[in-house]
Amino acid sequence: MTLTPDDQRARLDGYRTLARDIRMESVRMVHRARSSHIGGALSMADILAVLYGGVLRHDPRRPEWPDRDRFVLSKGHACVAVYAALALRGYFGMEELATFYQNGTKLAGHITVGTPGVEVSTGSLGHGLSIACGLALGLMRDAAPSRVYAVLSDGECDEGSTWEAALFAPHHRLENLTVIVDYNKIQSLGNVADILNLEPFADKWRAFGWSVRELDGHDVGQLDQALRAAPFEAGRPSCIVAHTVKGKGVSFMENLLAFHYKPPTDAERDRALEELARS
Amino acid sequence: MRTAFIRALTDLAAADDRITLLVGDLGYSVVEEFAARFPTQYLNVGVAEQNMAGVAAGLALAGRVVFTYSIGNFPTLRCLEQVRNDICYHSLNVKLVAVGGGFAYGALGASHHATEDLAVARVLPNMTVVAPGDPIEAGLATSALAARPGPGYLRLGKAGEPVVHSQPPPFALGRAIVVRDGRACTIIATGGMLPIAVEAADTLHRQNGVDARVVSMHTLKPLDVDAVKAAALDTSAIITIEEHSEIGGLGSAVADVLAQLDRHPRFKPIALASSFSAAVGDQRYLRERAGLSVSATVRTIAAVLGLKE
Repeated sequence: MTLTPDDQRARLDGYRTLARDIRMESVRMVHRARSSHIGGALSMADILAVLYGGVLRHDPRRPEWPDRDRFVLSKGHACVAVYAALALRGYFGMEELATFYQNGTKLAGHITVGTPGVEVSTGSLGHGLSIACGLALGLMRDAAPSRVYAVLSDGECDEGSTWEAALFAPHHRLENLTVIVDYNKIQSLGNVADILNLEPFADKWRAFGWSVRELDGHDVGQLDQALRAAPFEAGRPSCIVAHTVKGKGVSFMENLLAFHYKPPTDAERDRALEELARS
Repeated sequence: MRTAFIRALTDLAAADDRITLLVGDLGYSVVEEFAARFPTQYLNVGVAEQNMAGVAAGLALAGRVVFTYSIGNFPTLRCLEQVRNDICYHSLNVKLVAVGGGFAYGALGASHHATEDLAVARVLPNMTVVAPGDPIEAGLATSALAARPGPGYLRLGKAGEPVVHSQPPPFALGRAIVVRDGRACTIIATGGMLPIAVEAADTLHRQNGVDARVVSMHTLKPLDVDAVKAAALDTSAIITIEEHSEIGGLGSAVADVLAQLDRHPRFKPIALASSFSAAVGDQRYLRERAGLSVSATVRTIAAVLGLKE
C-alpha cells in the first residue's frame, strides 16, 4: 500500500512526536532516579520511535501475541528510552515510569523482563545479538511471520561475542533479523575512534555477510524507509549503521561523555524539557 | 556416556520436534547420525561458545528445548556470563552438556580438565546440575533434564565407562540412588566416581567384612538432602567422592547439610585439591595420583573407620 504524501507526512510527524515524548520521559526518569546513561537513551530515541510508532508488528494489549515482532535491546543500560516507548504505546501505565530505579520497581536500571513488552533482559554488553540470532533462527524454522530487531551500541562492538553472532547470522541466512547500531561515537570512557576504533565499520558488517545501510539515525524518514525495506537482500540479515549523536535533542547534553554517567540537575532537567517541548 | 546421551537425545528428538541440539564444532563420531536424521533440530554453531549459549537462549525463547554440546569447560566456563544472564536469569529451557568431566581428557592437559565445573554450575540460580554415575544414568538423566523445565548442566564422562546398574534404576532428578545398602558407613559418589565407590565398598566387605552403603548422587542440585540425612542417621561415617575440586562440589554440598544436623557422623570428603594437575597422564593415572583409585579410597575409608587393613 502506498501512502499519499499527506499520510507520509503525518506518519513522520507521529514519529517525531513519539521521539520527543520518549526523550522527555527519559530525562524525567533519569533525573528523578539520579541514575545514568541518558546520553545513550537520547541517541536512540528516533530509532525507537520509528520501531514502536510504526514498523514493529505488535499489539500492546497482547504482549505475548505469538506472531509479534521481537525487539531486543542489547545496550540494556539505555533502557529508560524503551520503558518510555512501551508506556507511551500503552503496554503499561505512564505512572509506572515514575518508579524507575526505585526500591520495589519492575523497571530496573538495565532492561529486564517482567515488564510487559520487554522480551529479553540485558545489561552486560555483547549478549543481545546472539539471543536475537537464536530468536530469528527459531522463528525462521517455524516459518513465523515475525521479524527480530536488535539495537546495539557501538561500544559493545568491542566485544568478541558480538562478532561471533555477526558471523552466525549471515551464514544461517537470517533474513528476518535487522540490527540497528546506534553509532553515537562515544563509549564509556571516551570517543570510539580513540578507544578502539571500529572503522571502517559498515564495511566490517558487509564483510561478515550482512546487507548494510548507513543513515542518519535521527532522520525518521530515512529510518522508516530502511526499516520497512528489510530484508535489504533476500537471504541476508540486514544491518543499519545509524549515525547518531549522544545526548541528541538536548543541546547541552549532545556529544558529552559526562551524560553517560551523571543525571541532570533540577535546572538541567527544566532546561532539557523546555528545549524538547519546543522541538 | 556420550553414546548413552546421544541415544537418549535421539529418542527424545524423534518424539518431540522442540528438542534441538547445538554443538560447538565438537562431537566427532557422536552427533553425525543425529544431525543427518534431524536437520531442523540440529546446528553446529562453530567454535563460538558465547554465541552458542546466546543462540540457545534465543531458540528457547522461541519455544525450543535446547541442548548445547561441547567438551570440557567450553560449554560452561568459556561462556559463563551468557549462561548466567541469558539462560539462567531467564530460566530458559537450555541444557548444557559437557563431555569429559574430571580428568577424562587427562593427557590433553589442564585446559581440558573439567574440575571446577560442578561448583560453578551449582552456584548459578535456577540451574539443575547432574553428573551421572554410569552410562545407564547418563541416558536417564538426559530424558529427565529434557522433561524438567529450566536450565540444566549435564556432566558426562567420555566413552567406555563401566556400567554399574545391571538394569535401569528408578530415576528422578534430585533423588539419589542407593546402589548398595550397608550400615557401617556411607559412600556418596557423583559422576564417574560411582564405579570406584562400588568397587571400594566390595573390597571393604571382602577384606574387612564391612558393609558400606553406596549412594549415587547423580544430581548435585537440587541435592537429595533426605538421602544425606538418612546416611547420617543410619551410618556412623560419610565419605564423599568426586572427580572435582574439593571446593564447591559434592563434598561441599554434603557438608552444608551435615553442618546443620544436631548429630554429626564422621565425614571425609575425597576430592581433588584446589590446584592444577602437576602431572601429565591419562585419566586413570591422574586419578591415582589424586587418591581417587579404588585402593586409595579403601585406605581412606579404613582410616576413617579405624580398621586394620
